[in-house]
Amino acid sequence: MKNRFGIRYWHILLVLGVVFLFLPAAIGDYLTHVMILIFFYAYLGQCWNILGGYAGQLSLGHAAYFGVGAYTSTLLFVNLGLSPWIGIFLGGVGAAALGLFTGYLCFRFGLRGPYFALATLAFAEILRLICLSMTVIGGAQGILIPLMGQNFLKFQFMERKYYYYIAFGMLILSVLIAEKIERSKVGYYFKAIHQNEDVAETLGIDITSYKLLATGLSAFLTALGGTFYAQYIMYIEPEITFSATTSVEILLRAIIGGAGTVYGPIVGSFILTPLSEIMRNLIGGGKSGINIMVFGIIVMLVCIFMQAGVLPWIKGKLAKLIQ
Amino acid sequence: MDSTLIGQVIISGFLTGGLYALVAVGLTMIFGVLKFINFAHGEFLMLGMYLSYFLTTFLKLDPYVGLLVIIPVFFLFGVFIQWGLIDRIINSPHDIHILFTLGLSMFLQNIVLFILGPHMRSVHTKYLTKVYTVGSLNINSTRLIAFIFALVITFVLYLFLLKSDTGKAIRACADEKKGARVVGIDIGKMYLIAFGIGIACAGAAGGLLMPFCYADPHVGWTFILPAFVVVVLGGLGNFIGALFGGFIIGFAEAFGSIILPDSLKQVVTFAILVMILFFKPTGIFGKRTVK
Repeated sequence: MKNRFGIRYWHILLVLGVVFLFLPAAIGDYLTHVMILIFFYAYLGQCWNILGGYAGQLSLGHAAYFGVGAYTSTLLFVNLGLSPWIGIFLGGVGAAALGLFTGYLCFRFGLRGPYFALATLAFAEILRLICLSMTVIGGAQGILIPLMGQNFLKFQFMERKYYYYIAFGMLILSVLIAEKIERSKVGYYFKAIHQNEDVAETLGIDITSYKLLATGLSAFLTALGGTFYAQYIMYIEPEITFSATTSVEILLRAIIGGAGTVYGPIVGSFILTPLSEIMRNLIGGGKSGINIMVFGIIVMLVCIFMQAGVLPWIKGKLAKLIQ
Repeated sequence: MDSTLIGQVIISGFLTGGLYALVAVGLTMIFGVLKFINFAHGEFLMLGMYLSYFLTTFLKLDPYVGLLVIIPVFFLFGVFIQWGLIDRIINSPHDIHILFTLGLSMFLQNIVLFILGPHMRSVHTKYLTKVYTVGSLNINSTRLIAFIFALVITFVLYLFLLKSDTGKAIRACADEKKGARVVGIDIGKMYLIAFGIGIACAGAAGGLLMPFCYADPHVGWTFILPAFVVVVLGGLGNFIGALFGGFIIGFAEAFGSIILPDSLKQVVTFAILVMILFFKPTGIFGKRTVK
């Protein structure tokens, strides 16, 4: 891709990359925290995007994968002393296995659209209830990760900037994966399934396998986000990690920014995450619910006025302007 | 397990089932006619509870007389929501419906949280302490009244759909939209009425719950998931199915609560949902499918 100024696509990315690399040094501790949240939610949105955006399967239960990631690495670390760097991958594998299992059941029985959405919601709720009642894994009280001080091997840092770089790296990884999907045959298959499953099947696409591929990949990556969350907050509990609210938070950025596009979830996160933080600070704490209320309004507005999301909407407007 | 316990569980299941049925009837009505999945249905129930709370606390109204206010108010509220919001996206895919109503649900839940705060509210009425005793079984009067009202409302609604001209027109819309339009039925108007009725059912259920259940901004969410299970179980859009589905889930939860620890009893409900989705997604009474 080359435009009339001779600027290549990756030039922009390079500049942005350098800016983001040195950002924590320039902005304060609190803004670094906000940037971490922006990257984190953009990353989760991108993970959801693979299944919900590209393959068009509206999952309302991504908290299940997120929770499995957070719990696997944390339990292994707290009980066996296993480094979260290993736990993060085991959690990913566990979540992928869960995704493939539930996904196989859903697709095997031909669940689509609202039925699939309800089934995913039900699976996440079942996991939440089980975790709540199992005192062996902390029950409703959750698990506090013991503080070890600055320790790279234990995924614990005293300074925010390390978390910042990890979150940034994870976001870059997810974007690269999304880019890869966008340009590959698999991506076209996903899009075909999104647009019309029956036609896609008639054309000879093995829709069940490709939907499972999307589910497994999406679940694996979401679980990595779960471990990151656990290590950043140092505390997990079922009502947060497995809740329907988390499932909605995960899909929100992708939906607002533009589901099924590479940069949609990032745009969505840059809009919603700072907004949420501003609301929190202006109007007394996240407990007041004002940030979620505003999210609700934004979701409704996007559904009415720009169903494809903000990014495609802006692109459409720009294309009109140029013409 | 002794017979008293089983008897108590059956009664509890029955009484809860009636309320689930009322919530689900509204939900299934909206789905059947508008082909619209309302994830914000529980929030209307929550609002119904709060309205009932204010009527009984500040106007000193009897909670059951309060229903005479709640039902028309929520009908108009539903008509307004349909006219102002839902109508704009009604022709979009189901995914947009789900996301939109999730947004509406987030908005309603948190505006109540913002204005009224997170604390639980309850009303104290003369009915609350009254308990009927049949043999060795105890029946709480508020739950019994709620159950009877729920059944009466459902029955009246059923007669309305079956006998009245408007009811017939609404059913025509549900069964065959194009055909209904051809014979001159005002589809838009039927949508308004159907959505209004659906929301009125949720509001009424809220009003009936208030005398024996705490209200807080998130209470809707605990009812919406069982209500969805009921609706799917009965077949999306199936009125009678929703009624029986309500009882099945009521019983399942009641029996679940004696086999499983309290926090796990809802697992039974979700397990039923998953099973029914896999093996009979059209519901045990349903024919209709979503595409």
